[in-house]
Amino acid sequence: MAEPGTTYLDHAATTPMLPEAVAVMAEALTRTGNASSLHSAGRRSRRLVEESRERIAAAVGARPSEVVLTTGGTESDNLAVKGLYWARRAADPRRTRVLVSEIEHHAVLESAEWLAEHEGAEVVALPVDRHGRVQPATLRAALADAPDRAALVSVMWANNEVGTVNPVRELAAVAHEHGVPLHTDAVQAVGILPVDFAASEVDALTLTGHKLGGPYGAGALLLRREATLTALLHGGGQERDVRSGTLDTPAIVALATAVEIAVADAPRRAAMLAGLRDDLVGKVLATVPDARLNGDPGTGTIDGGPARLPGNAHLSFPGCEGDSLLMLLDAHGIECSTGSACTAGVAQPSHVLLAMGSDEATARGSLRFSLGHTSTSDDVDAVAAVIGPVVERARRAGQPQAVR
Amino acid sequence: MSGGVDSAVAAARAVAAGHDVVGVHLALSETPAALRTGSRGCCSREDAADARRAADVLGIPFYVWDFAARFTDDVVDDFVAAYAQGETPNPCLRCNEKIKFSALLDRALALGFDAVCTGHYAQLHQGVLRRAVDAGKDQSYVLAVLTAEQLRHAMFPLGDTVKPEVRAEAAARGLRVADKPDSHDICFIPSGDTRGFLAARLGARPGAVVDAGSGEVLAHHDGVHGFTVGQRRGLGLGRPAADGRPRYVLGIEPVSGTVRVGPAEALDVRTVSARDAVWSAGFAPSEPVVCTVQVRAHGGLAPATAFVDGGDLRVELDEPLRGVAPGQAVALYRPDPVGDVVLGSATITAAR
Repeated sequence: MAEPGTTYLDHAATTPMLPEAVAVMAEALTRTGNASSLHSAGRRSRRLVEESRERIAAAVGARPSEVVLTTGGTESDNLAVKGLYWARRAADPRRTRVLVSEIEHHAVLESAEWLAEHEGAEVVALPVDRHGRVQPATLRAALADAPDRAALVSVMWANNEVGTVNPVRELAAVAHEHGVPLHTDAVQAVGILPVDFAASEVDALTLTGHKLGGPYGAGALLLRREATLTALLHGGGQERDVRSGTLDTPAIVALATAVEIAVADAPRRAAMLAGLRDDLVGKVLATVPDARLNGDPGTGTIDGGPARLPGNAHLSFPGCEGDSLLMLLDAHGIECSTGSACTAGVAQPSHVLLAMGSDEATARGSLRFSLGHTSTSDDVDAVAAVIGPVVERARRAGQPQAVR
Repeated sequence: MSGGVDSAVAAARAVAAGHDVVGVHLALSETPAALRTGSRGCCSREDAADARRAADVLGIPFYVWDFAARFTDDVVDDFVAAYAQGETPNPCLRCNEKIKFSALLDRALALGFDAVCTGHYAQLHQGVLRRAVDAGKDQSYVLAVLTAEQLRHAMFPLGDTVKPEVRAEAAARGLRVADKPDSHDICFIPSGDTRGFLAARLGARPGAVVDAGSGEVLAHHDGVHGFTVGQRRGLGLGRPAADGRPRYVLGIEPVSGTVRVGPAEALDVRTVSARDAVWSAGFAPSEPVVCTVQVRAHGGLAPATAFVDGGDLRVELDEPLRGVAPGQAVALYRPDPVGDVVLGSATITAAR
């Protein structure tokens, strides 16, 4: 929960744990048992893990054997990108092209870059349209270049910064035309969008607990049974030999509980968040007419779900530095984000906005408000009450880096 | 908040005084990669993390503000250009003038803050800037360049305290940086190799080292940036002077690249010319100023009379000073038992 007196609008960074998840995790923490042990404590732990695996699988349309439990988004992305690359290259040394969209999270981008620097990979950046979406034709053209040399494709399900949803099922079909596996980072999508692993036909899918009401440090890589992948972590051979390490039973139980609840509640919550989000965007634009909503306009649908994350409002404020906006809003108790990564604490212009065609000044002057399960209309009103003076003041402070 | 003990305690004192304080760390290195290196400066990741940790302990918000481009333009490029001109710049002074109390202050004021509070050692009360109580740490020389308007929005809470007490206070307040070593040298040259830094940017600009008396060419050099007025070592002279006495750099001629050397007494100057005078009181004095001048960051003090000519100064020294280098500042002080009062500052253009 947010601290008293504050308005938490950074659910895309992390969202409060669901009370049910806290309860099962707290209970499980009081019990001992390594899920790999053969005695009764181990068996009890093992049973909790496997039941959790089955619950997660059922909630996201996967088979239990396709759920590889990890520590979360970054690990799952690294495992998918590097693991698929190594396995595909081992089967055919020509396969060194890694096709990733320009709007991927750094966990995917940096993994691909690392492969390029150390493992002979060639990174092929898939451009996006002005909404931040990878069009199937783009992927088709990129693959047609040298289909025999493609190792894998990675395109995120929904973008963490601007909220745009990708046509992942269509993209997977395009990749499969050439027999190339597709990974999707779906950490922002699971629990709010209709994500069905089997129906999407993707080969690997990243999900994480703390974005959907589960604990930090618990997530999964859904990995198709047919997919082969080289392990990053070697040891006891847990998780199909793909991910060794003692299983974190309490976190896994809580993850399953959160996934189950979030997915079941998604249709109701998506509608609720979209309503609040539209209200927030409307009120901000009414106060700051030259502000602009980035990403998909949020009116269309993709595969039966919204084309934009329901809780995401990403706005550019011309003439403002995102840093200044953040600080002034923070001073008013409003917690949000620029959505983009920082280097040593220095906010960098968003690579996502730049890929969408924004100039650097616009990219620097942007804010992400992300709503979640605890959000209310009071949160929207709190932003609406201060955004005018905050933007005005931030404008006066200007963009110190924009002088050159 | 640089990540050092001084700015941490300054922030702590501002909080204790009841101000609404926000910690700001300046990111001044142009390349993010450079943020991860450098143990001498104050721009490494570790330093930013130390500053953040101190802010956490004080319970204040903390932000990193990126002034790297401004710093490169206003401080680093200025530093290199000054050396290319045969001058000896003071980048800390320039940073105070152009970054901390200009770019940073402007942004802070626009965002609704009233002042920039730093860990500099100087006393400032009601617009009057004085030397710090800790004479060894006094930084009034690099703050004398601030205008009255800049001083109106500055706070230096450490001016009345000696460094060991600042460290003790940091420890008492639970600030982990209490025993962090002082930073020395130039923050944007973490290697400490100023000559190499300049050579990489200016390239080779050969010139001659000549005897100021005879005009004889004594040696050849790769660039005037390797020399500072008053320098004795590293002149590249293969043999001692005829009289066997050490020789010093007396002057640098940037266009021809000629470096004049001569005996120590030839370093003595009695008149200093300077440009871009700034007056702490906000206006130039109408009469010649009887004062004490300081011509470099440490030492170089002499009683003098300064004659004002528009933005320029002519300073007649009562007793000669040595090693007065163009590019350095001449700071003017009125002696005072509570702490010498800063009157103003100007950039030295010539000395004779």
